[in-house]
Amino acid sequence: MSGLRLWPVVASDVATRVDAIVVVLLLITGAVLALVLALLLTFAIRYRRGSSARRGALPELVQKEVEIGWTAATLFLAVFIFAWAGATELGLAKPSGDALEIHVAAKQWMWKTQHPNGAREIDALHVPRGQPVRLLMTSQDVIHSFFVPAFRIKQDVLPGRLTELLFTPTLTGEYPLFCAEYCGTLHARMGGTITVMEPEDYARWLSAQPEGDDLGHEGRALFVSLGCSGCHAGNGPVRAPGLAGIWGRDVPLEDGRIRRVDEAYLRDSILQPRRDVVAGYEPRMPSFAGLVGEDELIRLVAYIRSLPGGQP
Amino acid sequence: MSGEAEALREPWASLRRQREAASFGMWLFLGSEALLFGGLILAFSVNRLLHPDAFAGAGHETNVVYGTVNTVVLLTSSLAMAVGAEAARAGLRELALLGLSLTLALAVAFLVIKGFEWSADIDEGLFPGQAFKLAPPAAGIFFAFYWFMTGLHGLHVTAGISVIAWITWQAWRGERPLESPAFEAAALYWHLVDIVWVFLYPLLYLGGRS
Amino acid sequence: MSDIAAGQPVPGEAHPRQGLRGGPSYLTAEHGLAAWFLTTDHKRIALLYAAALTVFFFIGGAGAVAIRMELFTPAADLLSADGYNRMFTLHGTVMVWFFLVPSIPNTFGNFLLPLMIGAKDLAFPRLNLFSWYLFVGAGALLVGALVAGGVDTGWTFYTPFSTGYSQSYVMAAALAVVLAGFSSIATGVNFIATVHLLRTPGMTWFRLPLLVWALYGTSLVIVLATPVLTLVLLLIVAERAFGLPIFDPALGGDPLLFQHLFWFYSHPAVYIMILPSFGVISELVTCFSRRQVFGYTFMVYAILWIAVVGFLVWGHHMFVSGQSLFASLVFSFLSFVIAVPSAIKVFNWTFTLYRGQITFEAPMLYALGFIGLFTLGGLTGLFLASVPIDVHVTDTYFVVAHFHFIMVGGAVSAFYGGLHFWWPKVTGRLYPEAWARFAAVLMFFGFSFTFFPQFVMGFLGMPRRYQVYPPEFQIWHVLSSSGAVLLAAAYLLPMGYLAWSLIWGERAGEDPWQATGLEWRTSSPPPRDNFRAVPVVDTGPYFYHPDKEGPRHDRREAHQNQGHET
Repeated sequence: MSGLRLWPVVASDVATRVDAIVVVLLLITGAVLALVLALLLTFAIRYRRGSSARRGALPELVQKEVEIGWTAATLFLAVFIFAWAGATELGLAKPSGDALEIHVAAKQWMWKTQHPNGAREIDALHVPRGQPVRLLMTSQDVIHSFFVPAFRIKQDVLPGRLTELLFTPTLTGEYPLFCAEYCGTLHARMGGTITVMEPEDYARWLSAQPEGDDLGHEGRALFVSLGCSGCHAGNGPVRAPGLAGIWGRDVPLEDGRIRRVDEAYLRDSILQPRRDVVAGYEPRMPSFAGLVGEDELIRLVAYIRSLPGGQP
Repeated sequence: MSGEAEALREPWASLRRQREAASFGMWLFLGSEALLFGGLILAFSVNRLLHPDAFAGAGHETNVVYGTVNTVVLLTSSLAMAVGAEAARAGLRELALLGLSLTLALAVAFLVIKGFEWSADIDEGLFPGQAFKLAPPAAGIFFAFYWFMTGLHGLHVTAGISVIAWITWQAWRGERPLESPAFEAAALYWHLVDIVWVFLYPLLYLGGRS
Repeated sequence: MSDIAAGQPVPGEAHPRQGLRGGPSYLTAEHGLAAWFLTTDHKRIALLYAAALTVFFFIGGAGAVAIRMELFTPAADLLSADGYNRMFTLHGTVMVWFFLVPSIPNTFGNFLLPLMIGAKDLAFPRLNLFSWYLFVGAGALLVGALVAGGVDTGWTFYTPFSTGYSQSYVMAAALAVVLAGFSSIATGVNFIATVHLLRTPGMTWFRLPLLVWALYGTSLVIVLATPVLTLVLLLIVAERAFGLPIFDPALGGDPLLFQHLFWFYSHPAVYIMILPSFGVISELVTCFSRRQVFGYTFMVYAILWIAVVGFLVWGHHMFVSGQSLFASLVFSFLSFVIAVPSAIKVFNWTFTLYRGQITFEAPMLYALGFIGLFTLGGLTGLFLASVPIDVHVTDTYFVVAHFHFIMVGGAVSAFYGGLHFWWPKVTGRLYPEAWARFAAVLMFFGFSFTFFPQFVMGFLGMPRRYQVYPPEFQIWHVLSSSGAVLLAAAYLLPMGYLAWSLIWGERAGEDPWQATGLEWRTSSPPPRDNFRAVPVVDTGPYFYHPDKEGPRHDRREAHQNQGHET
């Protein structure tokens, strides 16, 4: 390593914004700390026993008013920092439409990533610089956490649930990936490397990867083999909603609510079909919880997503 | 009266104060217990919200006859306990012993009935695991809560029985004066055990039958 | 004005084995093993706790030593991967539940609470003894689990790892913590009832010393938070022992529910650990600056504010767990709000020094060190309360450093400060001042040296609970491990000279610090029943100087004691 590093690399848009708050907070807390230490030292020296400093009753100024004063000041400062940090967080959370979607599956003790075209990596991830990236993550066993210090991002990866991370890499290079949630024996070795490349390098890299079926393609095979197509493809005896073109649409539910068809909704509908039934349909579908694994869910969702609208 | 002197313990100067402390301390402990069962009921409710159908279906499988009979048994025991504690305070020895013994008898009856119910449940395949008979996965969660809640409540009943049996035995032998604050404290605890059941009964037995 | 401060000969000196006031001291009143192990005297039980806590401090400390030695180099040198995981779990569980939570309440609290409010004993003396046995039983169970092979879940027992994947003695450890929790609850109930019902005449609520208020607030939190921990650990035991799938994600169970319930206890537990030290520091700072505490009522309300709001901030441990963003923002806001009372306390301690007559005995050095370390620890809490920053630094060494600043730089410093301050009262002997000052200063620097580098490496991205790590972090780990050597010396040194003082130490008078509290109005060590007669209180605490004046320049004046014996 080149010398002693005191600040982590800034390699994503998130990092830039987080660092801005860190800097301001460092200044504020540094000032408060300096104030407290200065007062402590000054008082301790000035009012040591035997010093000739004036004592007696406290001056008017340092009575109750000052107490209320610093309570209010602290509260104000706290609310200010909260508002700023909160606003930043809300800004970071904005979904980005054209993000590159990458699926991440964690298991003891490795990271498996998969690009939209089906290219897979283990304990590694290549992403293009300047392109928003959305990670869709799930775990096959215990809780893990996807942590890239250079991007200032971290998100727990849970079994039976999908979590997301959004970031735009801004600096090419190789950055360490850590598992930050303790996950058992080899937790400390559950890491990897994130490689940020120029977009054209990324395209070249991607095309050099062994051709895998893309996710949607694999999902289609599952859709048939699991029997989904029996009802959802339109011709079966049981009436079930057609799935073509539903991705991203808002659908009315039986109980009057509206739900956007997204990753989470499709997952819920496969695992707990009776929870959010689409208006006009019987709650007939059996649950597939325990029958389909995380990998398969990802493929099924990718397939449904890939269905173009208009066809039955 | 010598009973009062006998009942007075360090560091108290008066029996009135000591009694106040015993109930106050017991109330604090009941507050703690309330958080224990409150947390449990909250956890149950969260899962019920997540899996309404599975919980309703699974709730239908519980044995409502045993549950209802047990509710009556436990409520009656609480009444007997109240009579016993009040009688002890009033110095009515025989009534106090009668109330306490009745409480014990009903409490044991509760556990016996519960035992029959549990064994029937196991025979029916309602214990989560290999032999579990219900299909929806979340039904397993309902029955996990069922066994945990009734088990934890059963532990509390057992603890209550031990304490009441102990002070009843002492009172019967004349070793514990009726002025002792223990009767009132035990009664408070017993009422809590009762009230917890009053919450568990509708959650576990009635929820799936509405 | 009390006649005690006027410099009467110390009774204990005339009759070494017997205080004149109220008969022989509690140490010599009864003899034999049974008189100790079946005692209901709160002071003896405090010493029993102190003995047990010392054992656990060494066990937990051994875990820390193993961790710091292993982390000296980036590779795995001493321990296997599982061995390391077991070590930090041991360190965490033992230190949290068997040292920090009971530390100040069960030793100083047990000893001082009745003395400070003028009571003979706690409200339920036998319950007090029972809670010690529970504690020791729980500790034995935990040590048994550790000897049998250890636990590898971390002290947080996260599901589904703890329920479905860990191959270690999770059940025994969880049950041990449950039992220790019962013991805490018993102590909490006892303290609350004592404060409500056993205050001596004249000791009104707003005349209570701040240590009593702090213990009272702590007890409330203990009584209301601990049962939730009991619950959640029993749920884990049920899942492991009987296969009841409460948190099983395969069936739709929610592992986050575990985290919510766990932190509902474990965040208030932070305040269980730190509130008592607030009380101790208030006693020390006032006594050694000879001033009334600045803003007594604000200090009281700050304690209660922390105790209440402490229940509402648990979600800030879960910003990256997958809870909703809005939940995170609410918890973030509440976490900022709870920073305010802590800031009030720091400012008030600082201003208690203002126009005081300050001396620098060892307890005061510990107290000043506490204020500095606690301030830094608290301010770094603001980073963690800010959601975007927390996302980056949570589960890294930044968090490790933060809570060690609070728990160790804060609570343990206060423990050592209190230990020196009340040592003469507990044992009747004075400790060697020069050594003690040296140890206090050593602790401050050793601590900073150990834990400050952890902030830096945490911010750089060093995750916690890692046995092996990238070499660029090594410099920080080496600094930290070297500091730990100093810190260990600073912890061991007082054990040496305090033990020495038991035999060769100078005899202490009733009131060696000329402090105002009721605990100093009886002999050192106090008699079995604490006071010869029921003490009567006629002022609030900390009247170290006349109301409208300050202390003098150079000598301690006749301060007004809180009460006197009738």
